[in-house]
Amino acid sequence: MIDLLNQLAICIEKGKINSQSKIPADMAGKDGVEELIDKLLRLNIPSKTIIEDGLLKGMTVVGEKFRDGKLFIPNVLFSAKAMNHAMDILKKQFPSDQLQIKGKVILATVKGDLHNIGKNLVKMILEGNGWEVIDLGVDVDSEKIIQKLKETDVKAIGLSALLTTTMLNMKGIIEDLRNNGIKVPVAIGGAPVSKKFAEEINADFYSPDPSGFLDYLNNNLN
Amino acid sequence: MNKLFSTIETKRVLVSDGAWGTELIKKGFQSGSCPELWNLEKTEEVFSIANNYFDAGSDIISTNSFGSNRIKLEHFGLADKTYQINKKAAEISKSAAKEKLVMGSVGPTGKFLITGEISEEELRQSFSEQLKGLIDGGVDAILFETFYDLDELNAVIETIRDLSNIPIICSATFNKNSEGEFYTLMGNSIREVYSFLIEKGVDLVGVNCGNGYFDSIEIVKQIKKDFPELKILVQPNAGLPEITSGQLVYSETPEKIIPAIKDFLEMGVSIIGGCCGTTKEHIKIIRELTDKYLANK
Repeated sequence: MIDLLNQLAICIEKGKINSQSKIPADMAGKDGVEELIDKLLRLNIPSKTIIEDGLLKGMTVVGEKFRDGKLFIPNVLFSAKAMNHAMDILKKQFPSDQLQIKGKVILATVKGDLHNIGKNLVKMILEGNGWEVIDLGVDVDSEKIIQKLKETDVKAIGLSALLTTTMLNMKGIIEDLRNNGIKVPVAIGGAPVSKKFAEEINADFYSPDPSGFLDYLNNNLN
Repeated sequence: MNKLFSTIETKRVLVSDGAWGTELIKKGFQSGSCPELWNLEKTEEVFSIANNYFDAGSDIISTNSFGSNRIKLEHFGLADKTYQINKKAAEISKSAAKEKLVMGSVGPTGKFLITGEISEEELRQSFSEQLKGLIDGGVDAILFETFYDLDELNAVIETIRDLSNIPIICSATFNKNSEGEFYTLMGNSIREVYSFLIEKGVDLVGVNCGNGYFDSIEIVKQIKKDFPELKILVQPNAGLPEITSGQLVYSETPEKIIPAIKDFLEMGVSIIGGCCGTTKEHIKIIRELTDKYLANK
């Protein structure tokens, strides 16, 4: 069983969906996520074990390797696809309360900025690790975030900016949230921002990569 | 011979410009709106940025058109002005240039072919209108800058080649990983990116943005080692920005970049300037060092 779970983690890391999938080339013909989950279910392995010891283990490696610059955007896309596929299979087999999420997180690219790849990568890593992401999209102002917070219970907010011309808008959003009495922690990320910048604009957390944000959520808000 | 190539042949090293986005902010641009709309609405302000760079000693400058492809302008409800905004961007820089040179700035769309969020046809259309505007506005070359995705680069290069034989400069952005190696966001190494550009027949290659002048030295070294014949443009950021009393401040001040500029000159870089956070003060220093270097050669 442990061997099957380890193989499943590797398939998530490599984005291997089933034995027919061509990605990655060096695993052609081998079992993918589909076959391995099928085998694990036949052994009556609980969904929690499959998720935690197989799928999440794989996604954690993806997050860490991306952080270290050893995996890149295409790899994360393939892994996220395999992860979504695995979760779809499990959702058909188990009632939703057995696939419980850790909490909800708002993600948004700030006002003026139309770049969503960084935000989307964070989304994939968080969702792949059991967090529900409310994706507000790009060019998002504080009003939209405040509105969403009124509708639903959120554990943290992640703000993204790619441009030096838009990163200052993070400051305004954080000020607006605090002026409205909102205490939900705000994390920031994106190419031009830094830990020092985060401190200067009173953000609660900064990470240069998605897995840093994931660790923050898992350790502090789970 | 084209004016860009003949100028490089005569002068050997050209000094380009510094940042545009951060200069617009200094002039009161409110982030959240469209920076390129200023070409039509605040022409004088954009002209003064261009003019300041020539005053500081630039031989070649770019245009305020980094993000004015159709896809990005669509978001601001300006898609039908794509051609007009880009043509004006070129005209503004050209009017400041007089006999000097202008390269039309073109940045990525921010969309990825690999995710299926955009088709190759849409990409080409989006760039095509921008490029037509820049060419009709009179630019001497096109500068594709801050690219990180070879699929998107492929689309822009093929689009421009269908339109014109104008010289093209392709500049990519790299990140340093935990082992100190450089890769694009999509995972392409320095060697892969520049082999690809050579294969596509690009006239000049470049490296821009990134973490600053000093990281760029290593990238240029690697390009020169693998492809000694390539003509290179280098336009790094002035380090990463920080906030000091509400203002964005960049750590690599004009004085700090001096050793890096000397290295670039020694390595035989053809065009040296700056990206985000660099100012006319950076360009003055680069001009001074370049003149000194050329006088001693």
